[in-house]
Amino acid sequence: MKIVVLVKQVPDSGAERNLRSDDNTVDRGSANNVINEMDEYAIEEALSIQEKHGGEVVVLTMGPSGATESIRKALSMGPDSAVHVADDALHGSCAVATSKVLAAAIGQLDADLIICGAESTDGRVQVMPHMIAERLGIAALTGARKLTVDGSTLTIERQTEEGYEVVTASTPAVVSVWDTINEPRYPSFKGIMAAKKKPLETKSLADLGVDASEVGFDGATSTVVEHSKRPPRQAGNKVADSGDGGVQLVQYLSSEKFV
Amino acid sequence: MAEVLVVVEASQAGVKKVTLELLTIARELGEPSAVVLGGPGAAAAMSDKLGEYGAQKIYAAESEEIDGHLVAPKATVLANLVTSVSPAAVLLASSQEGKEIAARLAVKLDNGILTDAVGLDADGTATQVVFAGQTIVKSKVTKGIPLVTIRPNSVTPTPAAASPAVENLTVELTDKDKLAQVVNRVAEQKGSRPELTEASIVVSGGRGVGSGDNFKLVEELADLMGAAVGASRAAVDSGFYPHQFQVGQTGKTVSPQLYVALGISGAIQHRAGMQTSKTIVAVNKDEEAPIFELTDFGVVGDLFKVVPQAVEEIRKRKG
Ligand SMILES: Cc1cc2nc3c(=O)[nH]c(=O)nc-3n(C[C@H](O)[C@H](O)[C@H](O)COP(=O)(O)OP(=O)(O)OC[C@H]3O[C@@H](n4cnc5c(N)ncnc54)[C@H](O)[C@@H]3O)c2cc1C
Ligand SMILES: Cc1cc2nc3c(=O)[nH]c(=O)nc-3n(C[C@H](O)[C@H](O)[C@H](O)COP(=O)(O)OP(=O)(O)OC[C@H]3O[C@@H](n4cnc5c(N)ncnc54)[C@H](O)[C@@H]3O)c2cc1C
Repeated sequence: MKIVVLVKQVPDSGAERNLRSDDNTVDRGSANNVINEMDEYAIEEALSIQEKHGGEVVVLTMGPSGATESIRKALSMGPDSAVHVADDALHGSCAVATSKVLAAAIGQLDADLIICGAESTDGRVQVMPHMIAERLGIAALTGARKLTVDGSTLTIERQTEEGYEVVTASTPAVVSVWDTINEPRYPSFKGIMAAKKKPLETKSLADLGVDASEVGFDGATSTVVEHSKRPPRQAGNKVADSGDGGVQLVQYLSSEKFV
Repeated sequence: MAEVLVVVEASQAGVKKVTLELLTIARELGEPSAVVLGGPGAAAAMSDKLGEYGAQKIYAAESEEIDGHLVAPKATVLANLVTSVSPAAVLLASSQEGKEIAARLAVKLDNGILTDAVGLDADGTATQVVFAGQTIVKSKVTKGIPLVTIRPNSVTPTPAAASPAVENLTVELTDKDKLAQVVNRVAEQKGSRPELTEASIVVSGGRGVGSGDNFKLVEELADLMGAAVGASRAAVDSGFYPHQFQVGQTGKTVSPQLYVALGISGAIQHRAGMQTSKTIVAVNKDEEAPIFELTDFGVVGDLFKVVPQAVEEIRKRKG
């Protein structure tokens, strides 16, 4: 089984993040850029399937040249190789264009299974698996908290508001995972050393046969008109409990008509 | 006036509140038409409610097949409808399903998509709150029509009575729409609490709650206030409360009138899911806890003393 794992580099969600004032894109210069957390769960899932069923795991990233750092980190967990789609024309791409590029790259890899995170911590648009599946004409099983592989049959369990659903599809298919699915491994020292020598192929838009006018700012299907910092909330009254904290809390809630 | 399509979301209890909010917003952009994508009989059960909130027309695509294959069939039906009626905009809830239908629709129609809007102007400009609630973005679809998913609790739903006619759509699916097969749906005990993202009050517990058993205290306060229960990731990871109730960056985003944080420190990833709540109160024994930067009212103290006292006080007031 050939598994492609989608890995996106994002600004660390635990630190301050900004949009650039010149072109409204993510300010990567000032950020600590890391692997999108959910994608580590996708990598782990791919590796555990490989351990059980054999085959190959390929990391696929679309992103600027600095994303190689995250790719090497992903490889240090255990995947066999990586493809990095990098092209200056991609700067400013919307989700629709991103899915076009990723689908083209996946098409060249002849994958049986594509695993990705359920959402990224920066854009959080949660659309990539279905967009890619739609383009490739294959199934999307999204939001998995459990994935089992039986020959060419994939079965997931996904949480819903009412409970959970069990959904199946045949390969090839895209599966997106939540962080409830597994516990990602830490790269070992050996893994980190090995990652430096693993094949990492860089592809341009031309290599994928995608026209530059369909991506980046030129091909964007939406635009940021303006952005601003949300004014910080004004902290209100804070009381130390000296025996009547609960009563004071209810007094406040009642003054605001909540009780 | 131009037609605006609103994709209806429903639960066992009927039309979801977020759909009524979408109808309210849609009226600013044109004449709302509700689109029901569901099993047989789905539209009839909901038409009164949809009319009450201003739906001028109801498109009903009803078929067993729509329900059993995740979102692909719904996107196909919707794409056909968009092509035939050329609406001014398409609005969906910013739920997993809403975003996923919109995702496929965007690709089918080669149309832009904006997700997680908290507001939408008459000219189609959407407001998004991003980066853990710290940045406000105004954005527009520049290719095709505004295709926007909107977060629950973004506006107050207001009635505007109409008496919509129901128009049945033919559901024609291809094999490609049926690749994913739902083989089992397991209902879990839900109780009578409101849904987390739609609730007007959310009471959440964190690691400070200490155990799954102690979460009964959080539930008790929530039930007295008619609130939904939420949890921090630390509480979920410690096994105190199920994952579907996690609030934050990798959980649900809530925007209630009131958010009550009990034993939650207020990490940036938690804030990502609750920062836009109208009023925030917290109980935390650490007076330096960052959650107090957000609170309209904070109690520095032991939640095991403060919360039972608050519960008792509310009971007393209720008489
Ligand atoms: C704050 C913000 C808001 C945005 N809002 C919108 C919007 O409303 N509409 C819009 O069209 N675009 C939007 N974008 C742009 C969009 O995020 C990017 O185009 C992005 O590459 C795709 O979206 P995502 O990562 O959020 O996808 P998601 O669907 O949330 O990501 C799911 C998974 O897809 C995979 N993946 C996503 N991107 C890549 C990649 N580049 N390389 C490899 N794997 C990847 C990862 O496995 C990820 O876990 C926004 C960006 C930001 C920063
Ligand atoms: C990529 C990523 C995504 C994340 N996503 C999320 C997310 O979606 N949601 C989320 O919540 N977190 C998320 N986190 C985790 C986040 O960083 C914090 O670790 C988490 O929010 C902490 O939860 P907590 O406040 O319950 O626990 P802690 O930070 O341990 O805080 C517990 C608090 O309880 C107080 N306390 C203890 N005992 C008592 C008592 N008896 N009475 C009163 N107060 C008491 C303490 O003073 C402390 O402030 C994410 C992290 C990462 C890296």
